[in-house]
Amino acid sequence: MQDFKPKIIGFYCSNCASSAANIASKMKLEMPTDIKLINIPCTGRLEVLHLLKPFEQGADAVYIMGCQEDSCQYMSGILKLKKRVEHVKKILEQIGIEPQRIEVFSLYAGKGQDFINIANGIINTVKELGPAF
Amino acid sequence: MIVAEAKPIKEILEMIDGLNRILVVGCKGCVTVCNVGGAKEVAILASAIRIAGKRHHKEIEVGEMTLERQCDPEYIEELKDVIGDYEGIISIACGVGPQFISERYPEVKVFPGVNTRFIGGAVEHGIWAERCAGCGQCVIHYFGGMCPIARCSKSLMNGPCGGSNKGKCEISPEVDCIWDKIVRKMMAQGRLDELLEIKPPKSWLTARDGGPRKMVREELVK
Repeated sequence: MQDFKPKIIGFYCSNCASSAANIASKMKLEMPTDIKLINIPCTGRLEVLHLLKPFEQGADAVYIMGCQEDSCQYMSGILKLKKRVEHVKKILEQIGIEPQRIEVFSLYAGKGQDFINIANGIINTVKELGPAF
Repeated sequence: MIVAEAKPIKEILEMIDGLNRILVVGCKGCVTVCNVGGAKEVAILASAIRIAGKRHHKEIEVGEMTLERQCDPEYIEELKDVIGDYEGIISIACGVGPQFISERYPEVKVFPGVNTRFIGGAVEHGIWAERCAGCGQCVIHYFGGMCPIARCSKSLMNGPCGGSNKGKCEISPEVDCIWDKIVRKMMAQGRLDELLEIKPPKSWLTARDGGPRKMVREELVK
């Protein structure tokens, strides 16, 4: 288990989460290398299938970072996504995969440290759970 | 449309346990419109089955196909060239689809991936409600364009009953009393007197009570 290098996919939106990522970069905070980050225009664009596909390809966890619920540029993107994540958690549970392997977070645009803390938190969770497959 | 809901994936996995090559077949008709059995849902179910296989270290080959309709034999015919590659078929059409597939390809194991619920429509995005009971003798014109057969808990032809309370049905505060709506609509249209005429008991011979139904239109039969 010590050699376990988790494969994690992190989606982040082009608005609040992206700003937080930029701040983290300016603060020279280091992003863990185990995570493959994918930038998307809005978290509301992510559908159930987009959230399942990484697991199908062998990911140990998927997490999504978006705006605060009251400040999504597209009004309800993050709210729609949160419902879809709940749906995916139920699917994962039914097929014997821990639902904690998918999470969604609302970020403040100016909080660069949060962007890194969330990544480290996900890595810790996955290391505790072990490989998904 | 025919409204259906997805079966729990756990139930589907139990049905196909032991099979290694599965084809998930969707339908572009009603079940696409109610977001349960179209191409998108085929992809989601197929993905979930692959993930479950991976989790249990089993190689499961899952094919995906969505037919124009599963309630017409000519579209079922499109499975002909691929069906032999699979050990089982999951149809996520309404209950008609898996039966048509099963009838056309008797050698294949066919599984239903959805539960067919009712004939209805979308009253809001993500919310569907029953509107028709398929009784075979439509009477909604007597009742302000609303169906007491499908929408009254007792299917009363002469209502409302004593269980109507502030516009709701006694079975649940979530359920509208359709007879309350009928009376209000008929009043608004100045037709309340029409409801004073007692409707005779309905013949259920045209409904399911007459046994499995079949319809023949001679002008269309080849």
